[in-house]
Amino acid sequence: MEAVTAIPPFERFYGEHRDAVLAFLRRRLPRETADDLFQETFLRALRGYERLEHGEHLRAWVLTIAGRLVIDAGRRSRPFANELPELACHDERPAYAQLEHLAAALPPTERAAVVLRYGYDLDYDDIAGALGSSPEAARQAASSGVRRLRGKELT
Amino acid sequence: MTVPAELDRRFRDAAAAAGLLDVGFDVVDSPLGPLLVAASDHGLCRISFSADPEEHLDALARRHGRRVLRSRRAVERAERQLAEYFAGGRRGFELDVDTRPLPPFAQRVLAELARVPFGETTTYGALAARVEAPRAARAVGTVMNRNPIPIVLPCHRVVGANGSLTGYAGGLGRKEQLLRLEGVLL
Repeated sequence: MEAVTAIPPFERFYGEHRDAVLAFLRRRLPRETADDLFQETFLRALRGYERLEHGEHLRAWVLTIAGRLVIDAGRRSRPFANELPELACHDERPAYAQLEHLAAALPPTERAAVVLRYGYDLDYDDIAGALGSSPEAARQAASSGVRRLRGKELT
Repeated sequence: MTVPAELDRRFRDAAAAAGLLDVGFDVVDSPLGPLLVAASDHGLCRISFSADPEEHLDALARRHGRRVLRSRRAVERAERQLAEYFAGGRRGFELDVDTRPLPPFAQRVLAELARVPFGETTTYGALAARVEAPRAARAVGTVMNRNPIPIVLPCHRVVGANGSLTGYAGGLGRKEQLLRLEGVLL
């Protein structure tokens, strides 16, 4: 049987990741917005927590939730965005949604690294924090994930 | 970066208010020392004299679900009634209790225990008779010993057939204190 990392009680999960989530949000957004989205991030995490199937990469998971909220906040704060005509686009889903789909078959660490790097535009320090590895290991995971995706595209 | 206390509290309150928790808990001061108090959406599910939350997280998650979070709001009703009880202004609790994770026999015994009034005592044997298991005094003792919600489910009101205090999971000193508060002991 494959060993499955147990999912901790939410209190422990929250205690372990709250500081990183707030730091992540405050680096990208004005303080007040960041603080609002801090609460929203963990409320969403609570809503999804029951459905989690394993406790791997929980830091990456919660930063993904926060990253989505940052992207949405960015959209809302561009005042004329709604008045611009939609540009024709090959795939209208946001980058992270496209990537999550493409990267679904990658091993978990590579998948997390690829999605966080290219879907959410995180730097390798943040990704390393999310994966519990070094920035160099995060960079390697992202690049080997990309190589694997390319390989798949060619075959 | 450390999450400021105000922001932390706001999230914990919001989580309880939104009904997203399987269990909300907090640590509450009392004359018997700090108490861990926990409630599920079905009612109060744990009071413990060992107030360190870390000791309880795994058991609470196993019994009620993994969305366990410290939140004053989730237990404030229980906290208020406990404070009134300890101040001598309350003789009974108006709180739902959640004993669902317990075996049926323990649930029956605890439901019967809940009817033992403030300021009175009963015995293990009498309680056993009331759940129609007159020879199960010892099993009733075990249920008392493992009572997940002491004080509110008043196992301190159960004494030996000869009137001795026998035992208390929170320590005999606390049993004495509670019985003194209720005027049973002088």
